[in-house]
Amino acid sequence: MASIGHVTPQTLHFAAPLALRSGASLAGYALVFETYGTLNGARSNAVLVCHALNASHHVAGTYAGQAHSEGWWDNLIGPGKPLDTDRFFVIGVNNLGSCFGSTGPTHINPDPAKEGQPWGADFPVVTVEDWVDAQARLLDALGIAKLAAVLGGSLGGMQALSWTLRHPDRVGECIAVATAPNLSAQNIAFNEVARRAIITDPDFHGGHFYAHGVLPKRGLRVARMIGHITYLSDDSMEQKFGRELRAAELGYSTQDIEFQIESYLRHQGDKFSEYFDANTYLLITRALDYFDPAAPFGGDLSAAFAAARGKRFLIISFTTDWRFSPARSRELVKALVDNRIDVSYAEIAAPHGHDAFLLDDARYHGVLRATFERIATALAP
Amino acid sequence: MSHPPPTLTAEQALIAALVPPGARVLDLGCGNGALLAHLQQARQCTGYGVEIDDANLLACARRGVNVVQLNLEDGLALFDDRSFDVVLQLQTLQHLRNTEKMLRETARVGRIGIVSFPNFAHWPNRWSVVQGRMPVTRALPYQWYDTPNIRVGTLADFEVLARRNGLNILDSFGLQAGRTVRRWPNLMASVAVFKFERN
Repeated sequence: MASIGHVTPQTLHFAAPLALRSGASLAGYALVFETYGTLNGARSNAVLVCHALNASHHVAGTYAGQAHSEGWWDNLIGPGKPLDTDRFFVIGVNNLGSCFGSTGPTHINPDPAKEGQPWGADFPVVTVEDWVDAQARLLDALGIAKLAAVLGGSLGGMQALSWTLRHPDRVGECIAVATAPNLSAQNIAFNEVARRAIITDPDFHGGHFYAHGVLPKRGLRVARMIGHITYLSDDSMEQKFGRELRAAELGYSTQDIEFQIESYLRHQGDKFSEYFDANTYLLITRALDYFDPAAPFGGDLSAAFAAARGKRFLIISFTTDWRFSPARSRELVKALVDNRIDVSYAEIAAPHGHDAFLLDDARYHGVLRATFERIATALAP
Repeated sequence: MSHPPPTLTAEQALIAALVPPGARVLDLGCGNGALLAHLQQARQCTGYGVEIDDANLLACARRGVNVVQLNLEDGLALFDDRSFDVVLQLQTLQHLRNTEKMLRETARVGRIGIVSFPNFAHWPNRWSVVQGRMPVTRALPYQWYDTPNIRVGTLADFEVLARRNGLNILDSFGLQAGRTVRRWPNLMASVAVFKFERN
C-alpha cells in the first residue's frame, strides 16, 4: 500500500475567544492541522483523527526532505489503507496547549503585562472538552458540518468519545481505541509521578524556564521513562530485553547502565526531552486526569451517553493493555448498550500493551478496514 | 446498505421465523452474523451479536452488524435484565462449561430465549451408543476425543434443566434435515430447539 507521500501542515487563526471548561477563556489562538484525501462534493466524507499524549497533527505521510518523518498513524491512513484517503478526507489537528504548532505554553502570552514572554505555566488548563470544541471550530472553518467519523486512540479516544457527547449532531460514527471512560487512580498516579519529576527539576523554574534559557530535561526524561513503561506489557518488555546486559559482564555499578532495558528507557527519555515541552506534558496529563464524562451524572456513564443516541460506535481494546485495560472499554460498551446505541467491540489479543494501538495488527486493522468500508459505502451516492 | 441478503442455513431460517418482526435481539455466539443481518434486513430487528472468535468478529464487521467480542463463559454482565425481546443461543450452549449459568443469564437478559443444540437422543446416536461407539454424525461431527461439544444433552434433559431454573417452555421441537420435527422429536431429530421465558 502506498503512502500519501509528502504532506504540508496548515495553520488557521481563530479570533473569537474559546470558553474553556475551567471558566477561563483563550482569546485568539491558532490550530495547526493536516488534511489528506479530498473532501467530496457533499462535504460528507471527513474523518477527524484525534491525537494522544505526545503526538500531533502529523498523522500520515512524510515531510519533503525529512527522513523518517512518517506520521504517527501512517500504517493505518493512506491510499488503499484501512482508513483510505482515496475515499475519505482525513483531518489531523494539533491540540491547544501542545508544543507542535497550535497555540501552547511556548507561544507568546498576549497579556501586555507579560511583556512578550511565553505563556509557560500561565497557559490555561485545557480539557478534552475544550480540545473538542476547538476542533469543531476548525471544522466550521473548513466548511464541514458533520464528520463521517471521528477516530482516536488512548487520549485521542477520549476526544472521539467526547465528540459524540458535545457535538452529537456533527459526527456519524465514533471509533475509540485503547481508551477509557476516565483514568483510574493508578493511572492518575503514574501521571502525577511524571508531573512531579518535571516540576521538581531545578530547571523548571515554576514553568517559566524559557526566561532562564534552560529546559527541565531531567524531569522530562524521567516522565517519559515512567510513561513508556506503562505503554508496554510485561511480556513484550521481557521478550525485547529480558535481563540482557549491555556489556559482557556486570560492572557492579549503581549508577551506570547495566541492563539493556535501562539503556532503552534512557534513550527514550533523552529523545523525548529534546523535542517535548515540559508545560505541555503537564497540561496534557492533566487533561487525561480530568476527563470523566460520567461525573456530571453522578458517575452514571450510561446517563452520560444518552447524549450519543443515534450515533454508531466501534470500541477496540488490547488484551495486554494494562494502562487502558479491556475492562475499561467494556464499561464504555455497557454504557452504549444500556442506551441501545449501535456498538461493536473488538478485544484484540495482542502482546504489545497499550502501544498496540499504534501497531499494524491484521485483526485490528481488519476490523477498522471493514468499518471504514461500510462507512464509505453508506456515503456513496 | 447494499449488502446482498445473507445466506442462512435451514436451521437459521426456521429460527428466524420465530423472532417477532422489530424485536430487539441478542445473538449469543452469533458466528459470522448472517442470522442477525437477516433479522435486521428482513424483519427490521435491532440488537447485538456476541462472538469470541476473531474471524467471526471480522465477518460481522463486514456485514455491518453490531458485534461484541466477549467470552460467554464470563457471563453477560454487559447486558441489563430483560433488555432484549429475544435472546438467541443457537448451537452454542454445548460448547460452554457453565451451561446452566449461561441459560440463567439468557433468561435474565431476554424476555424470550431461543436455544438450539445437538440432540444426543436422536435415534442414530442411540444406535451408535448401543453398538458401543460414540456417534459421529452431521449434527455431532466430531470424534469423542476432539469434540468442542463438551455438553451433550437431549430434548428431555433440557426440559428438566429448564424446569430446575424456573423457565417456562413456550415451544419446543426438533430439526432434522432442515425440517421441523414435532412428532417424537427426542427420537427423530438431530437438533433440539426450545423457546422459553422466565416464570
